[in-house]
Amino acid sequence: MAVDRNTVTVGTELPAFVRTTGFHNWNRYAAVNDEFVPIHMDDDAGRAQGFPGAFGMGNLMWSYLHNLVRDWMGDESRLVAMSCSFRAPNLRGMTVEARGTVTAVRDEGNERVVDLELAVVDHDAPDTVLVPATATVALA
Amino acid sequence: MPDTYITPQMRDIVGLELRRATSFPITDSDIRRWAIAVYYPEAAPRLFWDAHYAKGTVHGGIVAPEDFNPFAWLTQTAADAGVVAREEGFPGPEVALGIDPPGTKAIINGGTEVEYGVRMRPGDVITSVSTLSNYREREGRLGLMLFTTTEDTWTNQRGETVKTSRGTLIRY
Repeated sequence: MAVDRNTVTVGTELPAFVRTTGFHNWNRYAAVNDEFVPIHMDDDAGRAQGFPGAFGMGNLMWSYLHNLVRDWMGDESRLVAMSCSFRAPNLRGMTVEARGTVTAVRDEGNERVVDLELAVVDHDAPDTVLVPATATVALA
Repeated sequence: MPDTYITPQMRDIVGLELRRATSFPITDSDIRRWAIAVYYPEAAPRLFWDAHYAKGTVHGGIVAPEDFNPFAWLTQTAADAGVVAREEGFPGPEVALGIDPPGTKAIINGGTEVEYGVRMRPGDVITSVSTLSNYREREGRLGLMLFTTTEDTWTNQRGETVKTSRGTLIRY
């Protein structure tokens, strides 16, 4: 059920999008995005770059942020813009949580435009922000 | 540790077109598989695989997720013909212009900013034109870090803008 544009206010929280990640997710994503990069497939390659092991694709976190917003706004609304920074790796076995909060609501023409502050965090250590992000949507 | 990774040859390519690529026509299957992968292990939304449902939405049919990449695997562009072996990983955008990449040891995706236009649909042919916007450097936890910004505009076969994006690569 998509959000009702008339009930959205600053501070409204989006239902989280949560996935436990590892090679099952990453291999599927590699298969559709042709992203067979050693750091995403091999713990030794991840360690060679200074990380505890293999880690997931930033692009997949980007998709999870889109899923978060899409699931909330519904099929009739429109994603206007999104941006993110990749700050920390999505390590194998980590449960990641994409979450968001409404930061502004305004009317532009017939559209209700909403700004969102988003993040992908480590579900078990939510102060660890992997991917801070923002988005703007036009709600139907 | 070098004072800079930015060579004179790299400075010369700032502002130049890096890549122009045209996708093969997007298929229902491309969209369906993408959606399944990014929603795994839960079901993907019907908008991406159920034509009957999608017809009843504002889109009038199946559309691709905004994050869908029609340039994965092969494209129609001659320069991209053939599957490219990348066992050593992607060294950086400089290779597209025939110059040596910087002497860094690692590369990671720093971030992305995107403004969206029209949705991608089955049958669409997307053209991407990317340019190298700038280089900048700073000291980081892992030593000298090189930030490379590229800009990319995607249009469909009707000339409509699908998205404009700015990406940052971090090398160190």
